[in-house]
Amino acid sequence: MTGTPRIVEVRRNILKRNDEIAHSLRCRFQEAAILAVSLVSSPGAGKTAFLEKTLTILGASSRPAALVGDLATDNDAVRLARSRAKVKQITTGAVCHLEAAMVEEALRDWNLAELDYLFVENVGNLVCPSSWDLGEDFRVVLLSVTEGEDKPLKYPTIFNTSDVAIISKIDLAEAVEFDRDVALANIHAVRPGMPVFELSAKTGQGIDGWISFLKARR
Amino acid sequence: MHELSIAMSIVESLEQEVKQRGCGPVEAVHIRIGGLSGVVPRALRSAYEMAVERTPFANSRLVIEEVPIVIYCAGCGRSRVVEWPGEFFCPECNTQSAEVVSGRELEIFALELPT
Repeated sequence: MTGTPRIVEVRRNILKRNDEIAHSLRCRFQEAAILAVSLVSSPGAGKTAFLEKTLTILGASSRPAALVGDLATDNDAVRLARSRAKVKQITTGAVCHLEAAMVEEALRDWNLAELDYLFVENVGNLVCPSSWDLGEDFRVVLLSVTEGEDKPLKYPTIFNTSDVAIISKIDLAEAVEFDRDVALANIHAVRPGMPVFELSAKTGQGIDGWISFLKARR
Repeated sequence: MHELSIAMSIVESLEQEVKQRGCGPVEAVHIRIGGLSGVVPRALRSAYEMAVERTPFANSRLVIEEVPIVIYCAGCGRSRVVEWPGEFFCPECNTQSAEVVSGRELEIFALELPT
């Protein structure tokens, strides 16, 4: 016997469980007065150097911490620990992105009341992380001058879903003939109005503006 | 291959919905995927086949509705569809707009159940 199928409207977000965990994290961050920031970029764009610098500067007057996601190794956590901030590695195995549950699990034995800033460095990947809310206040996308000005056009979704862009390694801009105006135009073509910070973690150029921005947002 | 994680989330959602509604097999799952959701329909289709293997949903069909990206253009005073991957300019008057009306959808819309 074959009848006409019955259609039942459901209307639920596919990532509902992730969104619920992200929401609970966001509430906990708010309660503890933590500014939570996630970082995405392609591998090698300089996320870890940028984060090390940020943690070191913020650490002089506040209590920053970081979670770093990678498929394997704890190299990044070891590197970031030099900043003396509280740091934990999240190894995802084969998973190409972080999910809210991984952040929640990593924070299980941390006392959030002891922190002012939490940075969550996603797996180096400009495609997969875009769909998952991690409970952050805002998402930062890094673009290094060595990658070329057209990265935002090639990976528009991750740039569109980010809230702040960082152009990193600007100490190398001249050597690679980086066209700043084109890069800015491309970023704003896929995400109109997005704030952009241009900086070098190596020389410290441009870092002040970024740090002031963080302090103002907290 | 984050589509596999998405497909597994769909299966998890189905398990919950079926349990809540006390209904039997699911014939088809209708989902809506926005152009800005970060999910590629074709990759999701293959991932779904893998994810439903050895589950009660193994024979279900995945019906994907692709939702276009619509921005509100202040220049024209109306909503406009933009092509993606592309740029956030009004296709008619070239005004830039950051106001996304739709395109971020990533939702299960409906289930088809046998009568």
